[in-house]
Amino acid sequence: MRILKYVVLDILKNKIVIVYAIMLALFSWSAFSLEDNATKGLLTVLNIILLTVPLVSVLFATIYVYNSNEFIELLVSHPVKRSVIWKALFFGMSLSMVVSFIVGVGIPLLIFADTGTALMMIVSGSLLSVIFVAVAFLSGILSRDKAKGIGVSIMLWLYFALLFDGLVLFLFFQFADYPIEKPVVLLSALSPIDLCRILILLRMNISAMMGHTGAIFKDIFGSNLGIILSFMLLALWVIVPFLISLIKFRKKDL
Amino acid sequence: MIEIKNLTKKFGRLTALDHVNLQLNKGECIALIGPNGCGKTTLIKSILGMVLPEKGDIIFKGKNIKQDIAYKHQIGYMPQIGRYPENMKIGQVIDLIKNIRNSQEATDTTLYEQYFLDAMLDKKMRTLSGGTTQKVSATLAFMFRPEVLILDEPTAGLDPVAAEILKAKINEAKNSGSLILITSHLLSELEDMVTQVIFMQEGKLIFHKSVTELKSDTGKSTIAKSIVHLLKSEEV
Repeated sequence: MRILKYVVLDILKNKIVIVYAIMLALFSWSAFSLEDNATKGLLTVLNIILLTVPLVSVLFATIYVYNSNEFIELLVSHPVKRSVIWKALFFGMSLSMVVSFIVGVGIPLLIFADTGTALMMIVSGSLLSVIFVAVAFLSGILSRDKAKGIGVSIMLWLYFALLFDGLVLFLFFQFADYPIEKPVVLLSALSPIDLCRILILLRMNISAMMGHTGAIFKDIFGSNLGIILSFMLLALWVIVPFLISLIKFRKKDL
Repeated sequence: MIEIKNLTKKFGRLTALDHVNLQLNKGECIALIGPNGCGKTTLIKSILGMVLPEKGDIIFKGKNIKQDIAYKHQIGYMPQIGRYPENMKIGQVIDLIKNIRNSQEATDTTLYEQYFLDAMLDKKMRTLSGGTTQKVSATLAFMFRPEVLILDEPTAGLDPVAAEILKAKINEAKNSGSLILITSHLLSELEDMVTQVIFMQEGKLIFHKSVTELKSDTGKSTIAKSIVHLLKSEEV
């Protein structure tokens, strides 16, 4: 794993990751110290986790994939397996994003929030980072054109962060007369961001505010089995995009 | 040493390699000649596993290269345009490759010394001129005393002194029994080095002959004149 070392050093030299960690820390510390109660601060941090973290992960990772073209070309002409190169890039990138996230958001969370909620948010945020790095690797391999690849990444983020919610809400109102709570729950599981939001909100015990649907969410996602299932789904969101990108990369002409 | 069987590669509608069959033997210095876009670089990249052909096989020392990448230990490659990670310094690139190759033998540092790379180890790849980048590529290609050298336009961009140093190095490798595959448009430069000529056009192999055979077939005294003669007479 000598390549992994070079990848991590290269990303650190980029300084974007360090700036990202500092920005996250600034936002979370100020969120907790400016709001008068911890729950409000927690909600601000939740929004950072659900919107900013995926956006930065997906954008930075996509650009990094394109900028690594030379590195990849250099290594492929030497005795290094292609899958090793791609995995090193992926793990290096994921590691950097997760560490910045934990340094930036994790530390204030552990200090200000109760441990259970903090841990849930840290795990969800780390998973979201890795998921969107995987999504970035997929869109980076699908197109040779950098602008197109970054465009696809932004569209995917927009879809998962904003459009998907709108879609679910739209269905909810359209079929409000029918008992559609369960299908809606299933639908939410199709977006990693929504899944994380539900997991964290349930943990914060404010699902009561969500009425009947909240009760059903609690029934399904509140149990241990539900949590395990949710994390397995999130893991799938890492594995599937990355494996597709790996297969594509092994067949790519350089 | 390298056997190429029925190699075919298409880029969309363009056929870059069209059922190419070749047998490349040890100790030869082979010139790969042909007009721009005839598939020379694609052929080279296929041997290196950078381009994956649709059909056909490449057998390296009796082993299909699809099965095992270990054969790359025996290849030194100098690309036409060396592309290196921009933020890495020359020293880091050399260290990285040494690390990956993990070779037990002492490395060959003659080019490293003759090109005075040790004075520039701290320069970033981004800031290098085309010629200096080529010097780094050449150094890396020869560093591990490979049995096969693949040189894509090696002297393009090098100053005359650096080109002479490289040519001397190529001759040395040839005499020590390496297989050398070289592409160049400067036919006069190849004159005193090569023993065989491969001529390609539009992805097809036109001929693969020894230099003496080529000269006697065309009745010309140099490779350059023979090729020009062939192109003009359109017998090919």
